[in-house]
Amino acid sequence: MPGLDEGTPLFVQIAEQLADDIVDGQLAEGTRVPSTNELAAFYRINPATAAKGINMLVDDGVLEKRRGVGMFVALGAREQLLATRRKLFAEQYVDPMVAEASRLGIDRDTLESLIRETSLNNGSRTR
Amino acid sequence: MTPTISVAELTRRYRDQAALDNLSLTVESGTVTGLLGRNGAGKTTLMRIITGLEFPTDGQVKVFGAAPAENDAVLRRMVFVREEQAYPDFRVGHAIRVASWFYPNWSAELAQRLLADFELPLDRRIRRLSRGMRSAVGIVIGLASRADLTLFDEPYAGLDAVARQLFYDRLLADFAEHPRTIVLSTHLIDEVADLLEHVVVLDHGRAVLDAPADDIRGTGMTVSGPAIAVEEFVAGRPVWHRQRIASRASVVVPGSLDAAAQARARALHLSLEPLSLQQLLVHASGIAEEKVSA
Repeated sequence: MPGLDEGTPLFVQIAEQLADDIVDGQLAEGTRVPSTNELAAFYRINPATAAKGINMLVDDGVLEKRRGVGMFVALGAREQLLATRRKLFAEQYVDPMVAEASRLGIDRDTLESLIRETSLNNGSRTR
Repeated sequence: MTPTISVAELTRRYRDQAALDNLSLTVESGTVTGLLGRNGAGKTTLMRIITGLEFPTDGQVKVFGAAPAENDAVLRRMVFVREEQAYPDFRVGHAIRVASWFYPNWSAELAQRLLADFELPLDRRIRRLSRGMRSAVGIVIGLASRADLTLFDEPYAGLDAVARQLFYDRLLADFAEHPRTIVLSTHLIDEVADLLEHVVVLDHGRAVLDAPADDIRGTGMTVSGPAIAVEEFVAGRPVWHRQRIASRASVVVPGSLDAAAQARARALHLSLEPLSLQQLLVHASGIAEEKVSA
């Protein structure tokens, strides 16, 4: 099982991993995404589950079906995913970080300078 | 669409023991269903009745919409691979050939590939094979028959982890290309959890769980952390299981937690872990007793 965890429904995880690849540019807009059967074989999951994950992205307009050919990354999919994820960023990443910082007694100034240092160190890697 | 299997108020009694107790369930066509439960829960009895090897004491079974017992039209559309299947004094090649005559959808090509995958010697007598190799013969027949209904009852006695993975991979690949209804009974729940689309858990001849696998993930959570915080968090919630060591507690609660509950758990410094299918089954079978150690 390459990189799947318990709890989150499998089809959601499949959708998230495809979305990750689109956000990272691994799956460029207009390229074909793996088929249901290819995903099922790779992740060792039921093909119906893989299909559910794909369909979730189709419903969101991230993937589009081309009859008889397969599934493709829709134009504008990356921007759309980025917008959604930016909206969730505070809730998913900042809130827990601030909570843990206050638990450890790290004050706001220290936290801010930590963030600044980290982004400086990783500066060469950001896009 | 007619379900592949439909079982209504099925009871099978052996003397005063009820192996199946007023059981009702359906298996939809084109799904992989896991039939899970402890030893003696009734899994094998149910499969034997579905395949017409045994008669119910009471109730009704329909496979492809008809009664399976002594019904050749139905029986030819299903294959049953049993744990420790007994074969006549055949060589491997004979057993495969006989199976190829019986099953209308038989794929000689798939059989050849699987025989090579499992390194089965065609001219060896089946009774002289190791347990694992005998299991592999059953798996080859079960998959290559491509029957509309394929039942595997603990099909892998003696098979090592590598061979079992091979079985899962071949099953998935062939199922994807040739969809059919598969019922898989096993104790190795965590190994097969992701292959399943639907899960039925039997306990004492009754279905204690019958749900899509996607719904089952997140049916339970383990909440652990400082005992006081854990108790504060679970107050007013149903609790399946409670464990305590020194000042730490770990509690299993049914259901998934919404975002607000998750945020509250984080604020209380609790760790949340979803139950695996295997753990869930332990709780669903009602054998988790409340253990409290000081």
